[in-house]
Amino acid sequence: MSTEEKVPTDKAVDPQAPAPGSAPGSATAAQGLAIVARTQGQLVRRRFFRHRAAMISLTILFLVIILAYTSIGFAGIPGWWIWNYYTPGKVVNRGAPTLSLWPTFLGGSGFSIGEHPFGQDDLGRDYFALTMRGAQISIMIAFVVGIVSTLIGVTIGALAGYYRGWVESGLMRFTDVMITIPILVIAAVLGQKFGGAGPLVLAIVVGLVLWTGLARLVRGEFLSLREKEFVEAARALGAKPNRIIFKHILPNTVGVITVSATLAIASAILLETALSYLGFGVRAPDTSLGLLVSTYQNAFATRPWLFWWPGLFIITIALSVNFIGDGLRDAYDPRQNRVRA
Amino acid sequence: MLPFIVRRLFISFFVLLSATFIVYVLVASAGDPRAALQESTDPGKANKIAILTRNLSLDVPVIPRYLAWLKGALGCLIGQCDLGNTATGADVGSQLTTAMGSTLRLVLFATVTAIVLGVTVGMITALRQYSGLDYSVTFLAFLFFSLPVFWIAVLMKQFLAIKFNEWLKSPSISLAITVVVAVLVGLAAMAILGGDRRRKLLAFAGGAAAVAVILTYLNLTDWFSEPGIGVVAMIVMSAITAVACTALFADFRVRTVLYATLVTALVGVISYFALDPILADPTLLLILGLLVVALVVGASIGAGMGGLFRSQAIKACMLTAFGCSALVFSSHLLNAVPAYSAKVNGVVIATIGSSTPNFTGNFWETTLDQLGHLILPTIAIVLISLAAYTRYTRASMLEVMNADYIRTARAKGLTERTVVVRHGFRNALIPITTLMAIDFGSVIGGAIITETVFGWSGMGKLFNDALKIPDPNAVMGFFLVTGTAIVIFNMIADIAYGFLDPRIRLS
Repeated sequence: MSTEEKVPTDKAVDPQAPAPGSAPGSATAAQGLAIVARTQGQLVRRRFFRHRAAMISLTILFLVIILAYTSIGFAGIPGWWIWNYYTPGKVVNRGAPTLSLWPTFLGGSGFSIGEHPFGQDDLGRDYFALTMRGAQISIMIAFVVGIVSTLIGVTIGALAGYYRGWVESGLMRFTDVMITIPILVIAAVLGQKFGGAGPLVLAIVVGLVLWTGLARLVRGEFLSLREKEFVEAARALGAKPNRIIFKHILPNTVGVITVSATLAIASAILLETALSYLGFGVRAPDTSLGLLVSTYQNAFATRPWLFWWPGLFIITIALSVNFIGDGLRDAYDPRQNRVRA
Repeated sequence: MLPFIVRRLFISFFVLLSATFIVYVLVASAGDPRAALQESTDPGKANKIAILTRNLSLDVPVIPRYLAWLKGALGCLIGQCDLGNTATGADVGSQLTTAMGSTLRLVLFATVTAIVLGVTVGMITALRQYSGLDYSVTFLAFLFFSLPVFWIAVLMKQFLAIKFNEWLKSPSISLAITVVVAVLVGLAAMAILGGDRRRKLLAFAGGAAAVAVILTYLNLTDWFSEPGIGVVAMIVMSAITAVACTALFADFRVRTVLYATLVTALVGVISYFALDPILADPTLLLILGLLVVALVVGASIGAGMGGLFRSQAIKACMLTAFGCSALVFSSHLLNAVPAYSAKVNGVVIATIGSSTPNFTGNFWETTLDQLGHLILPTIAIVLISLAAYTRYTRASMLEVMNADYIRTARAKGLTERTVVVRHGFRNALIPITTLMAIDFGSVIGGAIITETVFGWSGMGKLFNDALKIPDPNAVMGFFLVTGTAIVIFNMIADIAYGFLDPRIRLS
């Protein structure tokens, strides 16, 4: 990556260049070639921070998470929003949203939030609070699914790739069996069984079926890395399998794992909304973004805001997670960046 | 190769067997189908529970029940299928056949469209890396990735179907829309063609002007209420098809191929008039027969006129013949729109179901009816899978175009077209083939959510309804088809990969 190296600067016009003989490496500095040594991690981090789409998405995702969790509070801690998501109220103006963003000089009524910025549902519940509750649940499920599936996938992939033999064939046949069952099918079957037990249980259960892709990836990485010279050297020095796996091989697969975990979170969000939509996911009285869309899809012609807000939040969350994943992939694996002409 | 296939088949069979066991046990333990009945106050509930118990053999424990089901299912291998009964006592096998036909109609066309579009767009964005087009397509691809199907489906029902049908009652395009569409098409043309500033400006002006003229003309002649392809348009579009097919398979410097495709197009236009009486109310068989005739005629024109470039000419002419047949077909279809629209009260694009109930009409009208029902779910499926194909093709194409043999090909002095199509695109397609095979495998199971949203009674709905009960027999019928398709197509993917890329050894 040519953009990563510091552009050679002429010492005469660069006031920040170190004085000759003042520091180690001055021979190169004297020639005007300041070379900064960076570790692999620093390179990756720099590439990631330069990925504009990923940085914007990261900011948006953080804002959405903060908004969702502080506004109506979480786990008993009260938030700053005046309404909650379960108390029915009096429906004002058919529950139309009071949010106004159109500035006065363009003929609008200026920026104001009003009583119910996202409107109210048919029972008079504040729709902003409901959407925030849905976002909380959806985000929580997505992250739990991401963590659970990554842990399982890495464990199975690492064991199969490192130990080979019957361990590998057993684990990989098991993975094959799981791949044969479409994800939506097994998730729906499990959701039907465990969906009533609350969102956290649902998340863990869905995480139990989403690991197959990562397990195959990690196994592939382990298969090639375990034959490398540095692993052989470690083994020759008498390192135990534990040490080789955790100290020598696993850090080299971090890129694959991170990217895959991010993408698992993105697909988990969509999977959860799809399950809730079909009725196999989160159940009332709790709510999630998918359940909100599903409940109010027939209200689109009369009260479209009940349909727009949760959908927009699903897209915002999934889109930003996807872009972060893309940024991470570019950072870890810059192979497809620029075509040599 | 053969030992590999046999071994894979053997392993796949046992993988599928274990998967059926897992799914059966999970579904059977997901809930009691009788729970809803037991809570009801229906006087005949004892009788209903007894019927349900008999239909689903609920009095037998799960494992023996699975073994009994397996015995019936294994009968499929020797031609005696017994997949058990559904909760209502119907035979699962016959339900499955109907559902599968409906699903295949829905997903096959959509998947093929997604593949063709996605691969084309992916290739263009790879060749124009880091251009405005690349960034826009990348953004759109990520957006489509992140769209929940059910959400976009409701929007499409509102804006593509209901609003469109209303518009069709008195269709006219305002000047503002004409300008906006023209500018957008111009920008797209500019981004796709690329090159220096002069070339870009020309592309923009050309694209925008063409669209503006066409839209104004269509608007003035009231084309949207009486659509059809006129004589002049037929000739022009056939000629364009011929030129495009030539460009795809051969060079323009090779005149013989161009002449051959143009002759094919001419034959196509002549047969358009000649076949008019036969095509007034044809049967599907006749249409397919005519298509075969067209392909044969195209191939023989190519063989006769191709000269030194015989094989390229045959391919180009066959594709031209196919394109011209499609033009003739759409012409007749478009002519039938007003009559069809009157029959269905202006609901040309339907929002639900797979056909208008009790609809009768000639071949063109019933075809229109089915297409009108297909269009929304097809767009939904295409949007979702398009994103994956675009991204994969782009990544794969970029990796190939970075390879050393591309540089060698350029150094040899080959034309850019040859380098891109012959050396780049063909190799970039190898990993995509795997993706296609796996996608086809999973798509047979139906698009569960899409089918639910659009009220399509295919495999997805079968599964969805059965799981709500939960009815293990019906779910297993669904899974047997899906799982088999996935296993077989995964195997095809592996074999195709080894076949296309000799570096991969199958052992």
